[in-house]
Amino acid sequence: MSATRPAWARELVVSAAAVVLALAVGAVLIIVSNAEVLSTWTYFFSYPPDALSASWSAVADAYGALFSGAFGGWKQLAETLVQATPLICGGLGVSLAFRAGLFNIGAQGQLIIGALCAAWVGFTLHLPPGLHVLVALVAGVLGGALWGGIVGVLKARTGAHEVILTIMLNYVALYLLQWLLTTNAFQRPGRNDPISPVVDGSAQFPAIPGTRLHLGFLVALLAAGAVWWLLTRSTTGFQLRAVGANADAARTAGMSVGTAYTLAMLGAGALAGLAGVQQVLGTNAPLTDGIAGTVGFDSITVALLGRASPVGTVVAGLVFGALNAGGLQMQLQTQTPLTLTTVLQATIVLFIAAPALVRAVFRIRGEGAGAVLAKGWNA
Amino acid sequence: MTTTLTRPQANAAIESPEERRRRIRTGILALVLAALGVLLAVFTAPKTAKFGLSDQFAAAQLPDISLPALPVALALAAYALVLALTQLFRGVRGRWARLLWVGFALALVVTFLCWAAAGKTFPLTNQLQGTLNLATPLILGALAGVLCERAGVINVAIEGQFLSGAFAAAVVTSATGSFWAGAFAAILAGVLIAAMLAVFAIRYRVNQVVLGVVLVVFASGITGFLFDQFVKSDSQRYNNPGVLPNVPIPVLSAIPVIGQTFFAQTLLVYAMYVAVAVVTVVLFKTRWGLRVRSVGEHPRAADTVGINVLRVRYQAVLAGGIVAGLGGAFFTIGFTGSFDKDLTAGQGFIALAALIMGRWNPLGATVAALFFGFTQQLQGQLQILQTPIPGELLVMAPYLATVVAVAGAVGRVRPPKADGEPYEKG
Repeated sequence: MSATRPAWARELVVSAAAVVLALAVGAVLIIVSNAEVLSTWTYFFSYPPDALSASWSAVADAYGALFSGAFGGWKQLAETLVQATPLICGGLGVSLAFRAGLFNIGAQGQLIIGALCAAWVGFTLHLPPGLHVLVALVAGVLGGALWGGIVGVLKARTGAHEVILTIMLNYVALYLLQWLLTTNAFQRPGRNDPISPVVDGSAQFPAIPGTRLHLGFLVALLAAGAVWWLLTRSTTGFQLRAVGANADAARTAGMSVGTAYTLAMLGAGALAGLAGVQQVLGTNAPLTDGIAGTVGFDSITVALLGRASPVGTVVAGLVFGALNAGGLQMQLQTQTPLTLTTVLQATIVLFIAAPALVRAVFRIRGEGAGAVLAKGWNA
Repeated sequence: MTTTLTRPQANAAIESPEERRRRIRTGILALVLAALGVLLAVFTAPKTAKFGLSDQFAAAQLPDISLPALPVALALAAYALVLALTQLFRGVRGRWARLLWVGFALALVVTFLCWAAAGKTFPLTNQLQGTLNLATPLILGALAGVLCERAGVINVAIEGQFLSGAFAAAVVTSATGSFWAGAFAAILAGVLIAAMLAVFAIRYRVNQVVLGVVLVVFASGITGFLFDQFVKSDSQRYNNPGVLPNVPIPVLSAIPVIGQTFFAQTLLVYAMYVAVAVVTVVLFKTRWGLRVRSVGEHPRAADTVGINVLRVRYQAVLAGGIVAGLGGAFFTIGFTGSFDKDLTAGQGFIALAALIMGRWNPLGATVAALFFGFTQQLQGQLQILQTPIPGELLVMAPYLATVVAVAGAVGRVRPPKADGEPYEKG
């Protein structure tokens, strides 16, 4: 690989190599966790082909199912996009904050509040079809923006650290949701468990018949476009990036660092809130305390995989979506636990984050971007 | 954080605008809290609040402490109110300031308890016992964070170290029948995650906050995967470690009220006591500790005087892994007696919060962790007492309190200067 190729091509090679490495780690896990396969390894030295073929077929079966579950047909492809949709939105939220130099660990909480607001509008107000979706969407986005904005304002005014604030607000949001689900306003009539009423059909994103793929995917792409425009074409975006690159320099240049933080967290919260909207209006999940799943935390890994760029985040979201969709199939077909995809996701990001390691393993020459976004608490 | 060494008189006479803003901000915050206290005191039923000093199984039953709830609550709320007003208008300064603020916090807590327990019995020993149980892993996790971050490596991965430690302790103890083997395995597991943190942060200079989050996901995935594949199918064999026995310390455990709570505990709790002392002493009284702090503050200067920055960082991060692994072991062999997927439930992140609230100081982190343990336990107790506040909202209290504390009182915390910055010799 010559160093004269453009930066994105080099990054692409490293990313692909990272995926391959992660799959190798996963393969090892599949082999060592399969008792049948493991038993063939006990006599490896007397008859190696048994162990090798058993291992190969176990790995090939699992990864085959993973692949066909993600890309095996229109329906599977649609499921990949469905899974990717909230991840893209949440990932954009984390990315936007990253660009302003903020660590938004709070996508989970912002997502919960977004889902809460959107769902409430969805089942309480009864509006005409098009309008209802729009109002619910705006409510969710505003809810998320509020939750993120609190962090931005507190950071700007008191200097409190956003990592600790966002972590704490994740819990506050979760318990707020748990409490609301026990109240009359949010609990489904006739049920004792914490579950919300069904969101009106008029508030749901229309889906392509026969699949779960819904309009929300387009909304996510539009959001990515908006973030791209904001970051690369607008003055505000320039200020955010300037503050993110060097807050002291930005301050000296006359920019308000506090305002930038507040705006960045408002935007980050809005995007994570949109991820929550996707959860309740897109796949029409009722509001429960598990509404956020691990989407909020996965958003952080998605943002890192996408190197905090809007285009990268969309691609990363699609990769994670494919792993999620394929993972379900893998679990069904080969009884390989879904938790394996969690390991794969973490490992991919780990390797992507350390390009030097990947280069060393595959003996790829060339420099390329070093550590991404390396900054401390003080930044 | 401003550590001024100015004389009290000069301090009182001249107040910089920054100090003035700070005084007023904390004053308003304290006033809001005190007002809440007054509100609770006013609504306290004029009955007797009993505080139980021995649980029902104790051999020697001690009498309950009986307090007239209303007058006590009113008096304590009044104290808090006076202190808050003093802070707002004049500033609470001098050598007793810290003690006065500790009193402020205690007054509000006791006011709250009087309100909740009026006409009922609040089991105080239960509260202490639960606080210690909940705080032990938090303290160990926060200490791991202190070691790491004082050397300049951010540790968001505490949760991951907890999970892997908890898993290893449960499985190895079940398989071998030996708690020692289990604890050792937990340490190894914690060190393993720490080693990944160290290599990626120090050698490959990966962003450490993100790295921490990824390691948490990794640990959650790998323990979850192994649990699904191996442990779940035969939990009798792999997930039945039991709980460490209590080992009473001879003389100390005979102290009334606190003796049984603090000195008739499992070895892991004693290990926590030792860890607090050791980390504090090592960090501030030994040459290695000085080196750790110097590579976290100013690695280039440390390098110049011949300290091997990277080596010290590796050592500190791995030492942190030992402590965090033990913290993880507490969840399974120290408390619940079995492993479940993601059983640490975000406590690692709470430990991180305790570390930041404790301002990267082992003792401060310990106090913050005890505070979290206290509030978490209180929430459970109050549900039994049936206060009018729903339990779901009470669970929020520690997290909201942290937000208030971080935004209002602690403010601009100053982490070690080079925390999170990879070092490159050059």
